[in-house]
Amino acid sequence: MAVLNEEQEMLRDMAREWTVNESPVTEFRKVRASGEPEAFNRDAYATMAQMGWAGVIIPEEHGGSDFGFLSAGLVVEELGKTLTASPLVMNTVAASAIVLGGSDEQKARWLPRLASGEAIATLAVDEGPSHDPAKIETSVSDGKLSGTKAFVHEAHGADLFVVAAKDGLYLVEKGDGVALTTRKLTDQRSHADVTFDGAAAEKLANGGDNLLDDVLDRARVLTAAEMLGMAQQVFDDTLDYLKQRVQFNQVLASFQALQHRMADLFADLAQMRSAVEAGLQAVDAGFGVARAATIAKAEANRVMHTMANEGIQLHGGIGMTDEYDVGFYLKRARVLEQSFGSSSWLKDRFSKLSGY
Amino acid sequence: MATQIEPATQTDEDAFRAEVQQFLADNFPAELKGQSNALAGVDGPTNETPAQTKWREAVGARGWGTPTWPKEYGGGGLTKAQAKIIDQEFAKAGAYNPIGGMGVMMFGPTLLEYGNEAQKKEHIPPITRGEIRWCQGYSEPNAGSDLANLQTFAEDKGDHYLVNGQKTWTSGGQWADKCFAIVRTDKSDKHKGISFMLIDMDKPGVEVRPITMISGTSPFCETFFTDVKVPKENLVGEEGQGWTIGKRLLQHERTNISGGGSLARLMGQSLGDIAKKYQPTGADGELADAVLRDKIADFEIRWNSFLLTARRAMEESKAAGGVSEISSVLKKLGTKLSQERSELLIEIRGLQGLGWEGDGFSDGELEAVRAWLFGKATTIYGGSTEIQNNIIAKRVLGMLDHQ
Repeated sequence: MAVLNEEQEMLRDMAREWTVNESPVTEFRKVRASGEPEAFNRDAYATMAQMGWAGVIIPEEHGGSDFGFLSAGLVVEELGKTLTASPLVMNTVAASAIVLGGSDEQKARWLPRLASGEAIATLAVDEGPSHDPAKIETSVSDGKLSGTKAFVHEAHGADLFVVAAKDGLYLVEKGDGVALTTRKLTDQRSHADVTFDGAAAEKLANGGDNLLDDVLDRARVLTAAEMLGMAQQVFDDTLDYLKQRVQFNQVLASFQALQHRMADLFADLAQMRSAVEAGLQAVDAGFGVARAATIAKAEANRVMHTMANEGIQLHGGIGMTDEYDVGFYLKRARVLEQSFGSSSWLKDRFSKLSGY
Repeated sequence: MATQIEPATQTDEDAFRAEVQQFLADNFPAELKGQSNALAGVDGPTNETPAQTKWREAVGARGWGTPTWPKEYGGGGLTKAQAKIIDQEFAKAGAYNPIGGMGVMMFGPTLLEYGNEAQKKEHIPPITRGEIRWCQGYSEPNAGSDLANLQTFAEDKGDHYLVNGQKTWTSGGQWADKCFAIVRTDKSDKHKGISFMLIDMDKPGVEVRPITMISGTSPFCETFFTDVKVPKENLVGEEGQGWTIGKRLLQHERTNISGGGSLARLMGQSLGDIAKKYQPTGADGELADAVLRDKIADFEIRWNSFLLTARRAMEESKAAGGVSEISSVLKKLGTKLSQERSELLIEIRGLQGLGWEGDGFSDGELEAVRAWLFGKATTIYGGSTEIQNNIIAKRVLGMLDHQ
C-alpha cells in the first residue's frame, strides 16, 4: 500500500466501511437477479455520489474534490473487492476527458452534474471486440457523429457518451440518433453496442493530439485499480478457506504444496499493487503516464488472470458453484482483462514506448 | 508517493550537497571514474592501486562509506537524507563507495545491535575504513536450508572456546581476515544450543579450500576448524543467543541480495536496446522477431513492477518505522527475475551469448555468461526460494505447520 496522506486514508476507510456494510457481494447478486440491463442500483450510486466519490478527480470549481487518481483508485479498489456494480469508473474516466479536453463552457455544463451523480457519462472508443484505438471509423460531419461502438461499458445508464471519432473525442448526449443493443457478457454488467446515426456531437477541442491516449491511460489505471481490489479479495477469501477446510485431518493451509502456491500469489499481488499504485500516481504527477499506465494494466491483467484461476482451483469443487463468490470474480476479471488493452496489446505498446 | 520536503531543511541539504561535491573534487582520483569497488566484491583478491588506496582512506576518514553508522565507531553519523545525497553525488561523479563487503552489509549492523561496547570499539572502526574483510561461517555440509542443524562445536575451556568442525559456502573465505560464525555450544537443544562468535582466519587450525563453481570462478570456500582457540571475549551476545543474532544478520543479507540496497544500479540496460544490436529490425525500428519482442516486453514489465515493489517496500518501512510485510517477497522475486533476465539475454545473443573465453567475445558478453551461471546460486543461498516461501506462508500469511 502506497504511503497515504490523511485525506486519502479517510477516503479509503470510508469506502471500505461502506462497501463492507452496504454493498457486499449479496448486493451484486440482487443487481444480477433484477435482470435490468443497466445493472446497477441507482440508490446506491446516489449515495456514492453524495459521499463525493463521483467527483474525486473533478476540480473544486466544478463541484469535485480534486483529490486525484490515487484517491479515486483507493475508492475503486474497495468497490472491486465486493464487486460493487456501478458506473463510477467509467463516469470518472469520461469526466477526465472533459477535464483534459473540454472548453470552459463544456466543463461548466457537465462536470458539476457528473460530480453530483445527477448525470452519468461513459467512454465509447472501440469498434470491435478487441481493444484497438488505432482502428476507428466513426466520423463527424457538420456536428453530426456516425459510427458504431462495440461493448461500451455502462452504456445503459449513461446520459452522456465521450465518443472517439477519427479526428478526436466528442460529447454525445443520449437521445436522438443514439441506439443501444444490449450485449450481455459473463460479468452480468452493463455492456452495449452503441450506434450513432447522425447524433449531435460537440468536440472536446482543448486536449491536444494525445487526448485519446491520455483518457485511455486513465481508463487503464482505474480498471487496474478495480482488478487490484478483486485480486486482493480472491486472495484473502482463498487464504481464509484454506485455513478452515479440513482434509486428511489437517487444515489445507498446513500443506506445503498449497503454502508455496499462496506465497507465489502473495508475491504476484505485491507486484500488481506496486504497478497499479505507480500508474495512478503517474497520472497525478503528469509524468511518464503512458508507460506507467501500460505497466499497471499489464500487471493487473497478468496477476488477476492467475489469481482468478488459482482461486477456483484452491477452493475445489465449491469454487465451481454459483453459491460461492469466487466465480463472479473470474467472470468480471476476464471482461476487464480484455478492456482497454489485452496483455498482448499492452506488451506491444510497451515495446513501442521503449523503442523496440 | 512524493515525499514532502520541509523548506527548513532544504537549505541544510543544499549545504551538505555542496560539501559532498567539494569532497569529491578534492579527493576522488579521476582515473577511478566508472570503476566498481574491488575490495567489496567476493570474486577476487585485493591488490589496490595507490589511487584506490587514497580514495578508500579519504572516504573512510569521513565515515562516509557507512554514512548512517554512529560517529563514535567511525561511521558518518549522518541522517538517511544525507546518506542519499552522498549516494546521488557519488553516482553523478562516477565514484564508487570504496567501503563495502560483508562487514558493511551484514556483520556491522548486527554487531551494532548485539555487540558489547568493547566489541563495537574493536571491530566497527576498521570496517568503516575498509581495512578488514569479513566472511560468513554459517552453512555446513549437513546444514543448508536446515541451517540450525549445524554441528561445528565450540567447547568451553574456561578462558576460551576450542572450535572443531567444517563450514562451507564461505564467500571470500580465502581472502577474509575474520569470520563471523554460528557454532554449537550446547548439543542438547537444536536452536538454543547455537552461539555467535568471531574467529580470526589466521589462527592455527583454520584451513580454507576454494570451491570451483560452474561459472569457473571460486568465490566460495570450504573452511575447516581444527582445535581453533577462540577467546571468550569473541562471543557476541550470550551463549545460546546465536540463532536469534544469526537470523537478524540474514535479514540484512536478504535485503542486499534482493537489491533493496540500491535500485538505480539494478535497472541495467534495456533488453530491447541490447536486442536491437543482435537481432534484425524492421523499417520501423521494431524487432522483427515478434515472439522474442513479446518475451522481452513481458519480462521488462515484470522487472519494472519488481523495482516499483522494492521502492514501495522502502517507502513503507520508512513511513512505518519498521519492516514492510512485502520485504519477505523481494528476495524471492528479485533473484528469480535476475535469472530470467540472464536466460533471455542468451536467447537474444544466440551462441554469441554463450562464450566461455577468447577474443571473439566482448568483455560484456563474457561477463554475462559467468553472471548467468553464478546467478543460479542466488535462489539457493541466503535462504533458498523454497525457504522464503515457507517464511511467507507461515510468518506473513499465518498458514500453520503440518501436524
